[in-house]
Amino acid sequence: MVHLTINGKPVEVEEGTTILQAARKINIDIPTLCFLKDINEIGDCRICVVEVEGKRGFATACIQKVEEGMVVKTNSPAVIEARRVVLDLIISNHDRECLTCTRNGNCELQKLAEEFNITQIEYAGSRNRHEIDDLSPAIVRDFNKCILCRRCVSTCNKIQGVGAIDCTERGFDSCISTYGNKSLNDVNCTFCGQCIEACPVGALKEKDSTNEVWRKLRDEDTVVIVQTAPAVRVALGEEFGMEIGTNVKGKMVTALKRLGFDKVFDTNTGADFTIVEEGNEFLERLKNGGKLPMITSCSPGWVRYMEMNYPEVIPNLSTCKSPHQMFGALIKTYYAEKENIDPSKIFVVSVMPCIAKKFERTRDGMKSAGYDDVDAVITTRELARMIKQAHIDFVNLEDSEFDAPMGEATGAGAIFGTTGGVMEAALRTVQEKLTGNHFEKLEYEQIRGMEGIKRAKVDMNGTEVKVVVASGLKNAQTIMEEIKSGKADYQFVEIMACPGGCIMGGGQPIRTSKERANIDIKGKRASALYSIDEKSTIRKSHENPVLQKIYKEYLGEPGGHRAHELLHTSYVKRDKYKF
Amino acid sequence: MQEILGKYSKEKSNLIQILNEVQEYYGYIPENAQVEISEYLSITMAQIYGVITFYSRFTLKPRGKYHIAVCLGTACYVKGSEKILDRAKEKLGIDVGETTKDGKFSLEATRCIGACGLAPVFTVNEEVYGKATVKTLDEAIDKIMENPE
Amino acid sequence: MKTLEEINKIREEKRKELDLRINTSADTREKHILVCHGTGCTSSKSTQIIENFRKIIEEKNIENVRVIQTGCFGLCAKGPIVIIRPEDVFYAMVTPNDCEEIIEKHIQNGEIVQRLLCKDIDNKTVQKLDELNFYKKQKRIALKNCGVIDPENIEEYIAFDGYKALEKVLFHMTPDEVIEEISASGLRGRGGAGFPTGRKWLFTKMAEGDQKYVVCNADEGDPGAFMDRSILEGDPHCVVEAMMIAGYSVGANKGYIYVRAEYPIAVKRFQKAIDSAREYGILGKNIWNSGFDFDLEVRLGAGAFVCGEETALLESIEGKRGQPRLKPPFPANEGLFGKPTLINNVETYANITKIILNGAKWYSSIGTEKSKGTKVFALGGNVNNTGLVEVPMGTTLREIVYDIGGGIPNGRDFKAAQTGGPSGGCIPKEHLDTPIDYESLQAIGSMMGSGGLIVMDDTKCMVNLAKFYLGFTVDESCGKCTPCRIGTKRMLEMLEKITEGNGQKGDIEKLENLAVNIKAASVCGLGQSAPNPVLSTIKYFREEYREHIDFKECKAGECKALMKLSIDPELCRGCGLCKRNCPVDAISGEVKQTHIIDQEKCIKCGTCITKCPFHAIKG
Repeated sequence: MVHLTINGKPVEVEEGTTILQAARKINIDIPTLCFLKDINEIGDCRICVVEVEGKRGFATACIQKVEEGMVVKTNSPAVIEARRVVLDLIISNHDRECLTCTRNGNCELQKLAEEFNITQIEYAGSRNRHEIDDLSPAIVRDFNKCILCRRCVSTCNKIQGVGAIDCTERGFDSCISTYGNKSLNDVNCTFCGQCIEACPVGALKEKDSTNEVWRKLRDEDTVVIVQTAPAVRVALGEEFGMEIGTNVKGKMVTALKRLGFDKVFDTNTGADFTIVEEGNEFLERLKNGGKLPMITSCSPGWVRYMEMNYPEVIPNLSTCKSPHQMFGALIKTYYAEKENIDPSKIFVVSVMPCIAKKFERTRDGMKSAGYDDVDAVITTRELARMIKQAHIDFVNLEDSEFDAPMGEATGAGAIFGTTGGVMEAALRTVQEKLTGNHFEKLEYEQIRGMEGIKRAKVDMNGTEVKVVVASGLKNAQTIMEEIKSGKADYQFVEIMACPGGCIMGGGQPIRTSKERANIDIKGKRASALYSIDEKSTIRKSHENPVLQKIYKEYLGEPGGHRAHELLHTSYVKRDKYKF
Repeated sequence: MQEILGKYSKEKSNLIQILNEVQEYYGYIPENAQVEISEYLSITMAQIYGVITFYSRFTLKPRGKYHIAVCLGTACYVKGSEKILDRAKEKLGIDVGETTKDGKFSLEATRCIGACGLAPVFTVNEEVYGKATVKTLDEAIDKIMENPE
Repeated sequence: MKTLEEINKIREEKRKELDLRINTSADTREKHILVCHGTGCTSSKSTQIIENFRKIIEEKNIENVRVIQTGCFGLCAKGPIVIIRPEDVFYAMVTPNDCEEIIEKHIQNGEIVQRLLCKDIDNKTVQKLDELNFYKKQKRIALKNCGVIDPENIEEYIAFDGYKALEKVLFHMTPDEVIEEISASGLRGRGGAGFPTGRKWLFTKMAEGDQKYVVCNADEGDPGAFMDRSILEGDPHCVVEAMMIAGYSVGANKGYIYVRAEYPIAVKRFQKAIDSAREYGILGKNIWNSGFDFDLEVRLGAGAFVCGEETALLESIEGKRGQPRLKPPFPANEGLFGKPTLINNVETYANITKIILNGAKWYSSIGTEKSKGTKVFALGGNVNNTGLVEVPMGTTLREIVYDIGGGIPNGRDFKAAQTGGPSGGCIPKEHLDTPIDYESLQAIGSMMGSGGLIVMDDTKCMVNLAKFYLGFTVDESCGKCTPCRIGTKRMLEMLEKITEGNGQKGDIEKLENLAVNIKAASVCGLGQSAPNPVLSTIKYFREEYREHIDFKECKAGECKALMKLSIDPELCRGCGLCKRNCPVDAISGEVKQTHIIDQEKCIKCGTCITKCPFHAIKG
């Protein structure tokens, strides 16, 4: 144990603890900006500088490990002045139009400026300006707001292993950019959006689709139907100050109705379809010697990554569309027919925790019925903005239920939003179909939990099925290398681009660095989903009555001709760079 | 390219050595060279680009056949090298970092090259012109221009 | 491959053979023509001179004459330099056309070519190098072999005690003893920071690691500094040997030298030294059956000054952007590829073999109490004898500028000297008698730096100088940390404003506050020292800043925007040449009447000054 004094208060911590951690332990907070625990610990911004007695200059609190007998001062006048000057300099090179910025009110720089009582910029001067990159369907990059904290670079390289962005140029001209300064659309970006979640300011954001949705909502001729992903309902409340991991499904549905959507459906229902189709596909491959291991395909960031880096694995991928795409296809066909609505007048909006789905809906093969399966994708954040725009008092809304007939979903559909959830849902269906048994224990603990790669064996009446669950693209790469080198001895793989699954997707509420360091956000959001599953009456996808009805009335057999037409898709080899 | 890459093991730390050779050989770092290096060393294109743009020696655009570098290091600056640079800009009609339209000349303002005893200094490719004046620059450029090559 | 006995034999024989290089009364019939072949003299055609000499000797079939390329003699202002041994006659500013005369007159007829002899500052003609005032106060330890041996010939190096220190260390000293010796000598890092070398070696030795490295920092980037280049070009083997000794002491068997790519000759010669050393069995496995392995590799820089910072250098060797790392951890514990690494500057290494052979006591008898030994300086700027000098620590600035440097040319006055380049401070007239050592320089707001010493006369504007240095720093900042990336840019912008006549009241205080905070909060030495030129020029020349800001005046006449061109009515004849040539029609006046310049329109291009035949216009 190491003993030190911070601001006169003694504290005892384990060896290897940083000054920042030690201080937080005794409720002394040191401001930080570039620090992102386990991801970006580089001491660049100089905001966290502190004085250490006997040492020349300042120490970097977020990195420097404590030493026995250290005497630390975290807010001496010299430290405060240095921090103020540093912040002044950062802001002097920043696009200070807060009023028109998407992070207004949720910006770490703004918070610091407020805390430090910055009332004027003493060291104003020239700025390093660049054009905004908004060429991709999913993500917008505005370097004029960048503070060069490099949290995004660390995330993209270290955590996701993609490396679409890096620091370029030198000195004042330093710029976080791509190869050749190309648009993110023209390089190997997978649109996973983890960089957005890491960015403390408004330099990275999703492509906004709310204006389009408002337009359609205004249009009396259009039937605007909205569906919401499972991960949205356990995070949306955070945008209104509610506790992380609160299930706000009821309020969310009410809010959506008040916004004027004609129908509010549940993507979880679509997820049930995905399970039935995918479970069927897997069993077919298992029985008939098809390509194994089979890999899930509902994460569009992962699919894009695979197409760019491991196109040889395409035959392994399930041909199933992701839940919201399947659902959109069904709305434009089955539902439209049933309700006698002209499908060209239906506008399907998906509320997703994901920005890659903004790209996914534009893919070839996502227009099964002759119309786009999904017409617009908005993120959890965008939905919150719309609710706030409509001045709806979210927190005090009463609960509502999803609309029939496509509003009923099973617990299996709900757990799609967390890593391991798709696999678990699939196994429930697969196990039952394979063994013919009706079994009661539905939780597969071996594939729950937050490790990046989870491996498990499931005994299905003598047939051992080995499964792997991976989240985060770096972990996906490990699995790909195993498959490539022939070392893969498992049959079924679930891959999610975002570490932790969709609950930590690129469209979810953005938490501050301090929260990410001290709160188990993943755990809380995930447990809310598992809770939904637990409380569901029906917990196996194939037992969903609405689903059974639609198959009977409309689709025919799972994997059959019609199902294939509407609910399946194909993949292509994708160039990483546009030269 | 294959010849250059063949001299080095696939360790990422060889990146700058390889880039130096490529720059030396081609006069800049061509795009296809970056792709080959990326594959050989398993480094992302973005990272290679980040390294290339960090170091002054590496250029992404080809230099002129005759590359003129005027030293603006302290000793040279104090002895008036800026006037020589201005003259070069004027005579060639290009700015620092640019190449003449016919590809014959490119111009650079360089940091100290260590020949301070002979300040002010400019170089044309490998050749060093010490104790230079605006006149010596004129002569050097004229000599090249007269040469029909 | 040669055994240790063979090497010793070569030394004995070669030493006799080359005695004439340093002994005027050597017993020999040979004449050696030594031609300086450092970058400086090479650019002045010394390669041609060497070729010419060799051609003429061959054509005339002259025996017993050798033409030797050597390293820098130091007096660059008088280059190319040719020295004839053993008589030690030194010819200055030799051109390729002089070779014939030197051969015919001097070599064949024993007659000194008077017109090529060097004239000292007091106009006295001098024959021997050591007679020059330039050399009288110097003591060449690090530069001992520069100008004596052919740097590309390993046997010449061996002749003059080369690799003798390595033998002593490998067979007669333990690593601890070596480190004790280096510590006792008082040697401090010559790269600029002055950290006690022995202590650094000790830390690296004590660090735990399965692999250790020894690195030589040859990324000499300070503008105006060419000490390291000269050592590498003139005596590369002494660095090789020193690195091996260092490796033995700290427990490393692999070394890297990181050289600027802008030093092609130095790179070539050092690589040749490595190749020769390998050939002779000096680098490799189980050297001389001692059980010690060591090998060296050259790594090129790529044009980034910041890579002279030790941790940025490591990043560069690792193939990444040269962005410094935070310290702690220090390279001694976690350095190259995460392993314990010793990094020292070229000049620091150049002192090692001499300390081992002559003893720590000898070394520590030179210099001052806290700064032992000698320091190499690259003297440049407004001084007569520009070139490379090596003086004992404690020599005063006055001695260097006047006695060695020969004073200020053109009858001008000394204004300030800058040490430490863009990280250093200026030393004004009142501190001319400051002894040059680490502590004394720091006490007056400057620093030793790597050795660049630029002298400035009274035509230099100190505000402009600060702006120049900031311009350099802004260009070379790596961009990693906020205070340096943005702060230095802001300082530069403020200085630009001031030198353009847009300074405002309070700017000096603003600059000072910004400078102090940049120094305190930056991650690495570049940012921490970038404000030094600003702070020291403000400290000693605050008046000049005030003149620029309050009165929009630049008395030195360097800041163009503040020039006020005026026509002297006493001298003006009203010829109208200025008026006709003014590109903005700012001059008015009738024929044969005094002309006037409209200050509002004047763009200070200076065309009128050059056109006036009566020198009536002054700025």
